[in-house]
Amino acid sequence: MKKTQIIMGMPITIEVTDKEVTVKNLESIFDYFKSIDQRFSTYKETSEITKVNNGLPESKWSSDMKLVMKLCEETKTLTNGFFNIHHNGKLDPSGLVKGWSIFNASNKLSKMNFKNYYIEAGGDIQVNGKFSLKTPWTVGIRNPFNIKEIIKIVTLSSEGIATSGTYIRGQHIYNPKLKNKIVDSIQSLTVIAKNVYEADRYATAAFAMGKTGIEFLDSTPGLEGYMVDSNMVATLTTGFNKYVLRNA
Amino acid sequence: MKKFFLGTAILGIYAIYSLGIRHQTLVIGKPAALSSSSQSSGSTASMPSSSSNSSSPPSSSSSSSRQYKDGTYTGSEADAYYGTVQVAVTVQSGKITSVKFLKYPNTHSTSVMINQQAMPYLQQETIQAQNPNNVQIISGATFTSQAFIQSLQAALSQA
Repeated sequence: MKKTQIIMGMPITIEVTDKEVTVKNLESIFDYFKSIDQRFSTYKETSEITKVNNGLPESKWSSDMKLVMKLCEETKTLTNGFFNIHHNGKLDPSGLVKGWSIFNASNKLSKMNFKNYYIEAGGDIQVNGKFSLKTPWTVGIRNPFNIKEIIKIVTLSSEGIATSGTYIRGQHIYNPKLKNKIVDSIQSLTVIAKNVYEADRYATAAFAMGKTGIEFLDSTPGLEGYMVDSNMVATLTTGFNKYVLRNA
Repeated sequence: MKKFFLGTAILGIYAIYSLGIRHQTLVIGKPAALSSSSQSSGSTASMPSSSSNSSSPPSSSSSSSRQYKDGTYTGSEADAYYGTVQVAVTVQSGKITSVKFLKYPNTHSTSVMINQQAMPYLQQETIQAQNPNNVQIISGATFTSQAFIQSLQAALSQA
Protein backbone atom coordinates (compact mmCIF):
# COMPACT_ATOMS: atom_id res chain seq x y z
CA MET A 1 0.00 0.00 0.00
CA LYS A 2 1.29 3.40 -0.97
CA LYS A 3 -0.09 6.80 0.13
CA THR A 4 1.08 10.38 -0.29
CA GLN A 5 0.01 13.45 1.68
CA ILE A 6 1.31 16.99 1.65
CA ILE A 7 2.45 17.87 5.16
CA MET A 8 5.17 20.28 6.31
CA GLY A 9 4.92 21.92 2.89
CA MET A 10 6.15 18.84 1.03
CA PRO A 11 4.83 15.54 -0.26
CA ILE A 12 5.34 12.68 2.17
CA THR A 13 5.03 9.17 0.74
CA ILE A 14 4.69 5.98 2.73
CA GLU A 15 4.75 2.58 1.05
CA VAL A 16 4.41 -0.64 3.02
CA THR A 17 4.59 -3.88 1.07
CA ASP A 18 3.73 -6.23 3.97
CA LYS A 19 0.26 -7.49 3.06
CA GLU A 20 -1.20 -6.93 6.56
CA VAL A 21 -1.01 -3.13 6.23
CA THR A 22 -4.21 -1.10 6.53
CA VAL A 23 -5.15 2.47 5.60
CA LYS A 24 -5.48 3.18 9.33
CA ASN A 25 -1.85 2.20 9.90
CA LEU A 26 -0.66 4.72 7.33
CA GLU A 27 -3.06 7.40 8.62
CA SER A 28 -1.49 7.14 12.06
CA ILE A 29 1.94 7.83 10.56
CA PHE A 30 0.64 10.84 8.63
CA ASP A 31 -0.95 12.07 11.86
CA TYR A 32 2.46 11.89 13.50
CA PHE A 33 3.96 14.11 10.77
CA LYS A 34 1.07 16.56 11.23
CA SER A 35 1.83 16.80 14.95
CA ILE A 36 5.51 17.45 14.16
CA ASP A 37 4.48 20.19 11.74
CA GLN A 38 2.27 21.80 14.42
CA ARG A 39 5.18 21.83 16.84
CA PHE A 40 8.20 22.65 14.69
CA SER A 41 6.99 24.72 11.74
CA THR A 42 8.68 28.12 11.79
CA TYR A 43 5.98 29.28 9.35
CA LYS A 44 3.15 28.71 11.84
CA GLU A 45 2.33 31.50 14.29
CA THR A 46 0.97 28.96 16.76
CA SER A 47 3.82 26.43 16.64
CA GLU A 48 5.96 25.78 19.66
CA ILE A 49 9.14 26.76 17.79
CA THR A 50 7.59 30.16 16.99
CA LYS A 51 6.79 30.57 20.68
CA VAL A 52 10.35 29.55 21.55
CA ASN A 53 11.64 32.23 19.19
CA ASN A 54 9.30 34.72 20.85
CA GLY A 55 10.84 34.01 24.22
CA LEU A 56 9.05 30.94 25.65
CA PRO A 57 11.29 29.94 28.61
CA GLU A 58 13.08 26.60 28.39
CA SER A 59 11.25 25.32 31.46
CA LYS A 60 8.03 25.37 29.43
CA TRP A 61 9.40 23.52 26.40
CA SER A 62 7.93 20.13 25.49
CA SER A 63 10.14 17.07 25.85
CA ASP A 64 10.36 16.82 22.04
CA MET A 65 11.56 20.43 21.82
CA LYS A 66 14.20 19.83 24.50
CA LEU A 67 15.35 16.67 22.75
CA VAL A 68 15.55 18.30 19.30
CA MET A 69 17.52 21.26 20.68
CA LYS A 70 19.90 18.85 22.43
CA LEU A 71 20.36 16.86 19.21
CA CYS A 72 21.03 20.10 17.29
CA GLU A 73 23.76 21.05 19.74
CA GLU A 74 25.27 17.57 19.55
CA THR A 75 25.21 17.69 15.74
CA LYS A 76 26.87 21.10 15.76
CA THR A 77 29.75 19.65 17.78
CA LEU A 78 30.04 16.53 15.61
CA THR A 79 30.25 18.65 12.45
CA ASN A 80 32.79 21.18 13.74
CA GLY A 81 30.18 23.92 13.91
CA PHE A 82 28.91 23.47 10.36
CA PHE A 83 25.47 22.37 11.52
CA ASN A 84 24.01 25.52 13.04
CA ILE A 85 20.36 26.32 13.69
CA HIS A 86 20.90 29.99 14.60
CA HIS A 87 19.84 32.21 11.70
CA ASN A 88 19.27 35.96 12.07
CA GLY A 89 18.73 35.66 15.79
CA LYS A 90 16.13 32.89 15.42
CA LEU A 91 16.31 29.16 16.00
CA ASP A 92 15.37 27.01 13.04
CA PRO A 93 15.88 23.28 13.73
CA SER A 94 14.13 22.18 10.50
CA GLY A 95 17.47 20.88 9.14
CA LEU A 96 17.29 18.21 11.83
CA VAL A 97 13.56 17.78 12.38
CA LYS A 98 12.85 16.33 8.94
CA GLY A 99 15.28 13.41 9.19
CA TRP A 100 14.53 12.90 12.87
CA SER A 101 10.77 12.72 12.30
CA ILE A 102 11.08 10.37 9.29
CA PHE A 103 13.22 8.08 11.44
CA ASN A 104 10.73 8.21 14.33
CA ALA A 105 7.89 7.46 11.91
CA SER A 106 9.77 4.46 10.52
CA ASN A 107 10.30 3.17 14.06
CA LYS A 108 6.55 3.40 14.56
CA LEU A 109 6.04 1.20 11.49
CA SER A 110 8.59 -1.29 12.84
CA LYS A 111 6.73 -1.39 16.18
CA MET A 112 3.59 -2.27 14.22
CA ASN A 113 5.63 -5.29 13.01
CA PHE A 114 6.03 -4.08 9.44
CA LYS A 115 9.29 -5.16 7.87
CA ASN A 116 9.15 -3.92 4.30
CA TYR A 117 8.52 -0.25 3.77
CA TYR A 118 9.91 3.15 3.00
CA ILE A 119 9.00 6.67 4.08
CA GLU A 120 10.01 9.56 1.85
CA ALA A 121 9.62 13.22 2.76
CA GLY A 122 10.92 15.88 0.42
CA GLY A 123 13.62 13.65 -1.04
CA ASP A 124 14.87 12.19 2.26
CA ILE A 125 14.12 8.51 2.72
CA GLN A 126 14.16 5.72 5.30
CA VAL A 127 14.10 2.26 3.75
CA ASN A 128 13.50 -1.11 5.38
CA GLY A 129 13.39 -4.61 3.96
CA LYS A 130 12.44 -5.10 0.32
CA PHE A 131 9.92 -4.02 -2.27
CA SER A 132 9.00 -7.65 -2.95
CA LEU A 133 10.47 -11.09 -2.31
CA LYS A 134 12.86 -10.80 -5.24
CA THR A 135 13.12 -7.02 -5.66
CA PRO A 136 15.05 -4.70 -3.36
CA TRP A 137 14.18 -1.04 -2.83
CA THR A 138 15.93 1.13 -5.38
CA VAL A 139 16.50 4.84 -4.96
CA GLY A 140 17.39 7.18 -7.80
CA ILE A 141 19.45 10.31 -7.14
CA ARG A 142 18.05 13.27 -9.03
CA ASN A 143 20.16 15.35 -11.41
CA PRO A 144 20.46 18.77 -9.76
CA PHE A 145 20.69 20.32 -13.24
CA ASN A 146 17.63 18.56 -14.62
CA ILE A 147 14.80 17.47 -12.34
CA LYS A 148 13.59 14.92 -14.88
CA GLU A 149 16.80 12.92 -14.82
CA ILE A 150 18.20 10.26 -12.50
CA ILE A 151 22.01 10.18 -12.39
CA LYS A 152 22.66 7.35 -9.94
CA ILE A 153 20.66 4.38 -8.72
CA VAL A 154 21.35 2.76 -5.36
CA THR A 155 19.92 -0.36 -3.72
CA LEU A 156 19.03 -0.05 -0.03
CA SER A 157 17.68 -2.53 2.52
CA SER A 158 17.94 -0.91 5.94
CA GLU A 159 19.40 2.55 5.50
CA GLY A 160 18.54 6.19 5.27
CA ILE A 161 19.38 8.47 2.35
CA ALA A 162 19.14 12.27 2.18
CA THR A 163 20.10 14.89 -0.38
CA SER A 164 20.94 18.52 0.28
CA GLY A 165 20.95 21.27 -2.29
CA THR A 166 21.55 25.00 -2.44
CA TYR A 167 17.91 25.62 -2.97
CA ILE A 168 15.26 23.53 -1.28
CA ARG A 169 11.70 24.78 -0.96
CA GLY A 170 12.75 28.37 -0.49
CA GLN A 171 15.27 27.53 2.20
CA HIS A 172 18.93 28.31 1.78
CA ILE A 173 21.77 26.49 3.41
CA TYR A 174 24.27 28.95 4.81
CA ASN A 175 27.86 28.34 5.65
CA PRO A 176 27.83 29.32 9.34
CA LYS A 177 31.55 30.10 9.23
CA LEU A 178 31.24 32.63 6.41
CA LYS A 179 28.45 34.96 7.47
CA ASN A 180 25.50 35.07 5.11
CA LYS A 181 27.43 33.31 2.39
CA ILE A 182 25.10 30.95 0.59
CA VAL A 183 26.79 27.71 -0.33
CA ASP A 184 27.17 27.60 -4.08
CA SER A 185 30.25 25.68 -5.09
CA ILE A 186 28.44 22.35 -5.05
CA GLN A 187 25.05 21.52 -6.47
CA SER A 188 23.85 18.57 -4.46
CA LEU A 189 25.14 16.20 -1.84
CA THR A 190 23.59 12.82 -1.10
CA VAL A 191 24.41 10.90 2.07
CA ILE A 192 23.66 7.25 2.87
CA ALA A 193 23.80 6.28 6.56
CA LYS A 194 22.40 3.66 8.93
CA ASN A 195 19.21 5.73 9.17
CA VAL A 196 17.68 8.85 7.64
CA TYR A 197 18.28 10.92 10.78
CA GLU A 198 22.04 10.45 10.41
CA ALA A 199 21.89 10.88 6.63
CA ASP A 200 19.87 14.11 6.81
CA ARG A 201 21.88 15.90 9.49
CA TYR A 202 25.21 15.00 7.91
CA ALA A 203 23.98 15.91 4.42
CA THR A 204 23.01 19.37 5.71
CA ALA A 205 26.29 19.92 7.54
CA ALA A 206 28.59 18.48 4.88
CA PHE A 207 26.82 20.53 2.22
CA ALA A 208 27.56 23.69 4.19
CA MET A 209 31.25 22.74 4.12
CA GLY A 210 31.28 23.12 0.34
CA LYS A 211 33.74 21.02 -1.63
CA THR A 212 35.47 19.64 1.48
CA GLY A 213 32.18 18.16 2.71
CA ILE A 214 32.72 14.97 0.74
CA GLU A 215 36.10 14.47 2.43
CA PHE A 216 34.47 14.96 5.82
CA LEU A 217 31.95 12.25 4.92
CA ASP A 218 34.70 9.97 3.66
CA SER A 219 36.58 10.26 6.95
CA THR A 220 33.48 9.76 9.14
CA PRO A 221 32.67 6.09 9.81
CA GLY A 222 29.21 4.90 8.78
CA LEU A 223 28.60 7.55 6.15
CA GLU A 224 28.84 7.41 2.37
CA GLY A 225 28.37 10.38 0.08
CA TYR A 226 27.80 11.38 -3.54
CA MET A 227 28.51 15.00 -4.40
CA VAL A 228 27.65 16.79 -7.64
CA ASP A 229 29.56 20.00 -8.25
CA SER A 230 29.02 22.97 -10.55
CA ASN A 231 31.04 21.25 -13.30
CA MET A 232 28.54 18.37 -13.45
CA VAL A 233 31.19 16.10 -11.97
CA ALA A 234 30.28 13.68 -9.20
CA THR A 235 32.67 12.74 -6.40
CA LEU A 236 32.06 9.51 -4.49
CA THR A 237 33.23 8.46 -1.05
CA THR A 238 35.35 5.30 -0.94
CA GLY A 239 32.52 2.94 -0.01
CA PHE A 240 29.65 4.51 -1.95
CA ASN A 241 29.91 2.07 -4.84
CA LYS A 242 28.75 -0.86 -2.71
CA TYR A 243 25.23 0.62 -2.86
CA VAL A 244 25.24 1.39 -6.58
CA LEU A 245 22.90 -0.73 -8.71
CA ARG A 246 24.91 -2.45 -11.43
CA ASN A 247 23.69 -2.66 -15.01
CA ALA A 248 21.24 0.12 -14.31
CA MET B 1 65.40 -3.80 -6.39
CA LYS B 2 65.97 -0.05 -6.62
CA LYS B 3 65.11 -0.14 -10.30
CA PHE B 4 61.90 -1.90 -9.49
CA PHE B 5 60.83 0.83 -7.08
CA LEU B 6 61.84 3.53 -9.53
CA GLY B 7 59.82 1.82 -12.24
CA THR B 8 56.80 1.56 -9.94
CA ALA B 9 57.11 5.21 -9.00
CA ILE B 10 57.26 6.28 -12.65
CA LEU B 11 54.26 4.12 -13.46
CA GLY B 12 52.41 5.62 -10.50
CA ILE B 13 53.17 9.17 -11.58
CA TYR B 14 52.07 8.34 -15.10
CA ALA B 15 48.86 6.83 -13.77
CA ILE B 16 48.07 9.97 -11.75
CA TYR B 17 48.96 12.13 -14.76
CA SER B 18 46.72 10.19 -17.11
CA LEU B 19 43.90 10.31 -14.57
CA GLY B 20 44.22 14.06 -14.64
CA ILE B 21 44.05 14.10 -18.43
CA ARG B 22 41.06 11.79 -18.40
CA HIS B 23 39.32 13.96 -15.89
CA GLN B 24 39.90 17.09 -17.91
CA THR B 25 38.60 15.44 -21.04
CA LEU B 26 35.52 14.30 -19.21
CA VAL B 27 34.79 17.71 -17.80
CA ILE B 28 35.11 19.45 -21.14
CA GLY B 29 33.11 16.73 -22.88
CA LYS B 30 29.46 17.09 -23.76
CA PRO B 31 27.30 17.38 -20.65
CA ALA B 32 24.00 15.62 -20.11
CA ALA B 33 20.86 17.19 -21.53
CA LEU B 34 20.16 20.45 -19.82
CA SER B 35 16.69 21.50 -20.73
CA SER B 36 14.01 20.82 -18.20
CA SER B 37 10.28 21.11 -18.30
CA SER B 38 8.03 22.33 -15.58
CA GLN B 39 5.13 20.18 -16.64
CA SER B 40 6.12 17.07 -14.74
CA SER B 41 5.82 18.56 -11.29
CA GLY B 42 5.11 22.23 -11.55
CA SER B 43 7.95 22.93 -9.15
CA THR B 44 9.92 24.95 -11.68
CA ALA B 45 6.98 27.24 -12.22
CA SER B 46 6.49 27.80 -8.53
CA MET B 47 10.10 28.70 -7.84
CA PRO B 48 10.09 32.38 -8.71
CA SER B 49 7.23 33.14 -6.38
CA SER B 50 8.69 31.17 -3.50
CA SER B 51 12.21 32.50 -3.94
CA SER B 52 11.20 36.14 -4.21
CA ASN B 53 10.28 36.16 -0.58
CA SER B 54 12.10 33.55 1.44
CA SER B 55 10.16 34.34 4.60
CA SER B 56 6.86 33.22 3.12
CA PRO B 57 5.91 29.59 3.56
CA PRO B 58 6.79 27.35 0.64
CA SER B 59 3.73 26.46 -1.35
CA SER B 60 3.35 22.86 -2.40
CA SER B 61 1.25 23.70 -5.40
CA SER B 62 2.17 26.20 -8.06
CA SER B 63 -0.49 28.74 -7.26
CA SER B 64 1.28 31.49 -9.13
CA SER B 65 -0.83 34.62 -9.11
CA ARG B 66 0.46 36.03 -12.35
CA GLN B 67 0.42 34.35 -15.73
CA TYR B 68 3.52 34.72 -17.87
CA LYS B 69 3.36 35.98 -21.43
CA ASP B 70 4.37 33.56 -24.17
CA GLY B 71 7.85 33.86 -25.61
CA THR B 72 11.48 33.02 -24.91
CA TYR B 73 13.34 35.12 -22.36
CA THR B 74 17.01 35.24 -21.56
CA GLY B 75 18.08 35.69 -17.95
CA SER B 76 20.95 37.73 -16.61
CA GLU B 77 24.35 36.15 -16.05
CA ALA B 78 24.58 35.02 -12.46
CA ASP B 79 27.79 34.26 -10.61
CA ALA B 80 27.96 30.61 -9.61
CA TYR B 81 31.36 31.06 -7.93
CA TYR B 82 33.16 28.74 -10.32
CA GLY B 83 31.78 30.50 -13.36
CA THR B 84 28.68 32.00 -14.83
CA VAL B 85 25.19 30.59 -15.14
CA GLN B 86 22.70 31.98 -17.61
CA VAL B 87 19.37 30.47 -18.59
CA ALA B 88 16.73 31.02 -21.25
CA VAL B 89 13.09 30.32 -20.44
CA THR B 90 10.38 29.47 -22.96
CA VAL B 91 6.79 30.22 -22.01
CA GLN B 92 3.88 28.69 -23.91
CA SER B 93 0.22 29.21 -23.00
CA GLY B 94 1.35 30.99 -19.86
CA LYS B 95 3.39 28.03 -18.64
CA ILE B 96 7.13 27.47 -18.56
CA THR B 97 7.77 24.75 -21.12
CA SER B 98 11.56 24.71 -21.11
CA VAL B 99 14.55 26.11 -19.30
CA LYS B 100 17.87 25.96 -21.13
CA PHE B 101 21.33 26.69 -19.79
CA LEU B 102 23.09 29.16 -22.11
CA LYS B 103 26.11 29.34 -19.83
CA TYR B 104 27.32 27.17 -17.00
CA PRO B 105 30.80 26.75 -15.59
CA ASN B 106 31.83 23.42 -17.09
CA THR B 107 34.81 24.53 -19.17
CA HIS B 108 36.30 26.80 -16.57
CA SER B 109 39.94 25.73 -16.41
CA THR B 110 40.41 27.05 -12.87
CA SER B 111 37.56 24.97 -11.54
CA VAL B 112 39.00 21.88 -13.15
CA MET B 113 42.29 22.55 -11.37
CA ILE B 114 40.64 23.25 -8.03
CA ASN B 115 38.66 20.09 -8.48
CA GLN B 116 41.72 17.94 -9.01
CA GLN B 117 43.64 19.45 -6.14
CA ALA B 118 40.80 19.27 -3.66
CA MET B 119 39.90 15.62 -4.10
CA PRO B 120 43.04 13.70 -5.00
CA TYR B 121 41.89 10.35 -3.65
CA LEU B 122 38.17 10.13 -4.21
CA GLN B 123 36.61 8.69 -7.35
CA GLN B 124 35.15 11.22 -9.76
CA GLU B 125 32.92 10.83 -12.79
CA THR B 126 30.83 13.05 -15.00
CA ILE B 127 27.17 12.64 -14.19
CA GLN B 128 25.17 10.56 -16.66
CA ALA B 129 21.48 9.98 -17.02
CA GLN B 130 20.39 6.51 -15.86
CA ASN B 131 17.42 4.46 -16.91
CA PRO B 132 14.69 5.53 -14.45
CA ASN B 133 12.47 2.51 -15.07
CA ASN B 134 13.73 0.48 -12.14
CA VAL B 135 13.67 3.31 -9.62
CA GLN B 136 10.98 3.20 -6.94
CA ILE B 137 11.95 6.23 -4.88
CA ILE B 138 13.75 9.47 -5.72
CA SER B 139 16.17 11.40 -3.53
CA GLY B 140 17.01 14.98 -4.39
CA ALA B 141 16.50 18.60 -3.65
CA THR B 142 13.72 19.96 -5.86
CA PHE B 143 16.07 22.38 -7.53
CA THR B 144 19.44 23.27 -6.29
CA SER B 145 21.25 26.08 -8.00
CA GLN B 146 20.96 29.54 -6.52
CA ALA B 147 22.52 31.01 -9.64
CA PHE B 148 19.95 29.14 -11.69
CA ILE B 149 17.17 30.72 -9.65
CA GLN B 150 18.65 34.20 -10.05
CA SER B 151 18.92 33.88 -13.82
CA LEU B 152 15.50 32.28 -14.05
CA GLN B 153 13.92 35.10 -12.06
CA ALA B 154 15.57 37.69 -14.28
CA ALA B 155 14.24 35.91 -17.36
CA LEU B 156 10.71 35.62 -15.96
CA SER B 157 10.59 39.25 -14.89
CA GLN B 158 10.46 40.02 -18.60
CA ALA B 159 7.68 37.54 -19.30
